[in-house]
Amino acid sequence: MYTQALNTRDQAAPSADSEQDARFQARVDAELKIEPNDWMPEAYRRTLTRQISQHAHSEIVGMLPEGNWITRAPTLKRKAALLAKVQDEGGHGLYLYSAAETLGTSREEMVDQLLSGKAKYSSIFNYPTLTWADIGIIGWLVDGAAIMNQIPLCRCSYGPYARAMIRICKEESFHQRQGYEIMLALCRGTPEQKQMAQEALNRWWWPVLMMFGPSDKDSQHTDTTTRWKIKRFTNDELRQKFVDATVPQGHYLGLTFPDPALRLNEKTGHWDYGEIDWSEFKRVIAGDGPCNRQRMKQRRAAHENGAWVREAALAYAEKRKARERAAYAEAAE
Amino acid sequence: METPLFTYTLRLADTALILGHRLSEWVGHAPILEEDLAFGNMGLDLIGQARSLYTYAGEIEGLRRDEDALAYLRDAPAYRNLLLVEQPNGDFAATMIRQLLYAAFAHPYFGALSKSKDERLAAIAAKAVKEMAYHVRHVSEWTIRLGDGTDESHRRAQAALEELWPYTGEMFEVDRVERALIERGIAVDPATLRAIWDRTIDEVLEEATLTRPRDGFMQSGGRSGRHSEHLGFILADLQFLQRAYPGATW
Ligand SMILES: [Fe+2]
Ligand SMILES: [Fe+2]
Repeated sequence: MYTQALNTRDQAAPSADSEQDARFQARVDAELKIEPNDWMPEAYRRTLTRQISQHAHSEIVGMLPEGNWITRAPTLKRKAALLAKVQDEGGHGLYLYSAAETLGTSREEMVDQLLSGKAKYSSIFNYPTLTWADIGIIGWLVDGAAIMNQIPLCRCSYGPYARAMIRICKEESFHQRQGYEIMLALCRGTPEQKQMAQEALNRWWWPVLMMFGPSDKDSQHTDTTTRWKIKRFTNDELRQKFVDATVPQGHYLGLTFPDPALRLNEKTGHWDYGEIDWSEFKRVIAGDGPCNRQRMKQRRAAHENGAWVREAALAYAEKRKARERAAYAEAAE
Repeated sequence: METPLFTYTLRLADTALILGHRLSEWVGHAPILEEDLAFGNMGLDLIGQARSLYTYAGEIEGLRRDEDALAYLRDAPAYRNLLLVEQPNGDFAATMIRQLLYAAFAHPYFGALSKSKDERLAAIAAKAVKEMAYHVRHVSEWTIRLGDGTDESHRRAQAALEELWPYTGEMFEVDRVERALIERGIAVDPATLRAIWDRTIDEVLEEATLTRPRDGFMQSGGRSGRHSEHLGFILADLQFLQRAYPGATW
């Protein structure tokens, strides 16, 4: 997910014996929000900083694959909608960096961690956008998967994160509908367009399922984050919810999912799906996805090429402050 | 048959679209996240203006060409935008200076056009004038920061100004097509905006400690379809899907 950080265990297990800890846990258990100035266990702070900043980085890196198609969007309406969507994602990055900053890490530090490769972002953005259908797929499936993960986060115990999520979720569902609408237009279009849609689904389906992170049987890292009410559902629970919601939408489009094992289980009422290729997931997370290097190169280039602009803004702000101080001193004489 | 009103509306539309397209190229690559968002905003304003203007142009023409037929299915010689707006983004300073030179003109231009005897143009302009006021404010602030920032930013801003200055004359040109519309109270006479544009530019450049270039030879031709080499590449991107899949609905 955008928050695959949850699958990394924090080194220091929280000490459950201190009185402060107990009071903290009682507040969380009572579904009260933890605010920036409240006492919190260091591990809680670290876990959230890692998760929120990773989420922010995902929004920012996620602007690149979709940004590819802004200049090539097929109609002016689609062009405006895509530009607005990519701009929304930048806005999400901005709120999330602000939410993470309330935990005491500056945006500059977080950005440096992204650019140095220390911080991760969602594996999904390391896949390429090859045709216009990929823009439909990202809205429909990637934003769709993000929503599944983020709706429970609207109730996260940390106030600033929960509030950012409420605002973001509204926009993500708009993106999801817009993406589905692109798919609908393609699937009702010419045979070539329909094929473009099918081919995009073939490429994206499995990587999207991987967004939810490792299978529950391979990750027991959720106990603390569950107790802290950061995470409320397991990876597999969220993945299943997503599959159940998405498969009928795909069938309505007349598309076929690239999974021969996909079938409705009469007993459970859920869609059963085939085995995910976790070696691919691990490879992409480790840096060997199709576009990892390219995405980081683009982010670093934007940052480095913009250094002189940020320096100029800073220099100007300082000159202005100095002038104001001088004018004030003169007036005081 | 191209009527003067059709050509005039198309010129405004093409200028807005091409500049909006240029700004959209920045999104995801700006020096700070706030500017990714600002480029997105300004790009959306311009593309929105273009859409209203194309729709109106199509109605004037009466050949059932909609906004997309006009934007996606005309080749470079049929495009009527100002040369200024098709110039490459260059560095951040070049983009900001280009936007300043245009917005300082477009803002009073749409202000005057909002009083046009043509109600549709007046309505489109009334909305655009508010948007362009924001562009002027935003890019003036950046021009000042860059000009009065560091030596490097000053040098880059001054270089951008020198490079783009020869494209400013075209904004004030009037040909036969427009003269007739000006006389009927439909189009704006850009000569009436010269003093306002000069004042805005001079004030911003002074505060930015930048030097106004001398007026030399001015490039023109965009509004009658004679473009720089850059437009063809913009259209190759912009029109790719419509050209590769003729007649498809998206
Ligand atoms: Fe987002
Ligand atoms: Fe989104």
